[in-house]
Amino acid sequence: MINLRGTWAIYKQEVSRAWRAVFGTIVSPVLTTSLYFIVFGSAIGGQMQAVGGVNYGAFIVPGLLMLTLLSESTSNASFGIYMPRFTGSIYELLSAPVGVTETLIGFVGAAATKSLILAAIILATATVFVDYTIAHPILAIGYIMLVAASFSLLGFILGIWAEGFEKLQMIPMLVLMPLTFLGGTFYSIDMLAEPWRSVALFNPIVYLVNGLRWTFYGSSDVNILVSVGSTFAFLALCVVVIAVIFKTGWRLRN
Amino acid sequence: MAAGIANDAGMEPILDIRGLSKTYTGGFKALDNVDLQIRKGEIFALLGPNGAGKTTLIGSVCGMVRPTAGTIHAFGLDMKKHWREARQRIGLVPQELGFDIFDTVDRQMSYSRGLFGRAPDRERVTQILRSLQLEDKRRDQIRKLSGGMKRRVLIAKALSHDPDLLFLDEPTAGVDVELRRDMWRLIGQLREQGVTIILTTHYIEEAEEMADRVGIIDKGRILLVDEKHAIMARLGRTEAHFTLEQPMQAVPEALGRYNIHLHDDGRLLCYRGGNGTGNGKADVAEIARILVEQGIRFTALDQSESSLEDIFVEMMQDQEAGA
Repeated sequence: MINLRGTWAIYKQEVSRAWRAVFGTIVSPVLTTSLYFIVFGSAIGGQMQAVGGVNYGAFIVPGLLMLTLLSESTSNASFGIYMPRFTGSIYELLSAPVGVTETLIGFVGAAATKSLILAAIILATATVFVDYTIAHPILAIGYIMLVAASFSLLGFILGIWAEGFEKLQMIPMLVLMPLTFLGGTFYSIDMLAEPWRSVALFNPIVYLVNGLRWTFYGSSDVNILVSVGSTFAFLALCVVVIAVIFKTGWRLRN
Repeated sequence: MAAGIANDAGMEPILDIRGLSKTYTGGFKALDNVDLQIRKGEIFALLGPNGAGKTTLIGSVCGMVRPTAGTIHAFGLDMKKHWREARQRIGLVPQELGFDIFDTVDRQMSYSRGLFGRAPDRERVTQILRSLQLEDKRRDQIRKLSGGMKRRVLIAKALSHDPDLLFLDEPTAGVDVELRRDMWRLIGQLREQGVTIILTTHYIEEAEEMADRVGIIDKGRILLVDEKHAIMARLGRTEAHFTLEQPMQAVPEALGRYNIHLHDDGRLLCYRGGNGTGNGKADVAEIARILVEQGIRFTALDQSESSLEDIFVEMMQDQEAGA
């Protein structure tokens, strides 16, 4: 039977750790995103044409939110599991009556919670700089939760894979960040000339940004069902990878 | 020497390890077909040099190391199948100080207790902290504590869920004498409460002081497991050095039945014998009587009993010589 108290202990500990580092977890990403809103939303956005009938300032809100969600979910979860490995306190987790289920719900749940709080703050902050509406708020919340959970799982995998702080930052900085910038955060991929438009469709982040954009404005560059389906598939893939890690004990029990 | 596995007839061991092996990636064999049974309520000391396999053995039981072969039963439960139930009753104090140093003692205690499935119990946590003189530090960040205090926190965390079986991996390595004495007292108290304790140590005096039984491990193999006193009886020795007034050419015939040798050009008569239970001392008294009776005068007598440490070192040397 699942150890509920153990799950809660991990979750509470992780949330409390984030609260202790509130500047890094909340203040810093909110400040960075606000700067994007000021520069690209208010300042430059006023000079830009509407994209797909949506004011440019409003158009970039889902993309910027996705940018923050991806990087924060990944780094929160990767640090969450990497730090106990680094400090040696992982022994307690490994010797406790908690398995993959408790560990995932605890660590990934906490990382996703932090991301959701962050998303709420960013959306609230965005209203100060740009006018935007959310066409499907329930779907938007659901999609944000799905993305936060999926990339927290990815972060968890990275935190187990990494053998140093450099490796921990490698995927978020060298893969996620460029793909997000090129994934339609600041533009519609329909604005790209061929063959770049077709090339862009190979970027998985395009589907995430456009999935969220659809929940905001009811239209996007790609089919919403493809976006949701591929996000679910990514989440399932991460769960399978983590299950295999726990089963084999890779980087944890050797 | 063959591994000796002592067990009380009819009493199920609290921990039963059979054929346990661990080969790490790269081929290093840390454990080699280890059999070990631990009795309920005892203090068991596992002695061995660095790299002998002590920590791997503990890690295999506690879940940090995945064994290559063998079975582990704790409280009669197969730890492969019933690991949740078994682990709830096991505590571990690791060798290395490892925790979130920016967290407070209180929060770490509540985390540990919850992790092992126990409901919050402030009164119990207070008792544990008090027993380790940590009560007034409970709101302190761990990074602000001294090394000794940090080690106490590790012990408090391991006790937070009231384990029935407690592993202490080198609990007093690098701690001061006062803390070591405190630890010994605490271990004694835990035993009185019925907690079974398995400790690894480099301080053989610790095993000699605390343990009921001692196991000696080297190169992943258990060389010997026995009652501490039985080990002393089997391998313990009395040594006596008589400094003679006049040098002697040969050992007198009357002392022929003893293991005696002359050193220092016949000025030092050295005896080595007994079995650690006191008959060596009787031999020394008898040798002294014979020397006096034969008019052989001696000016000094140095006598010593071999410690567990001597036995341990001797066994290791024998092992190396036989290798």
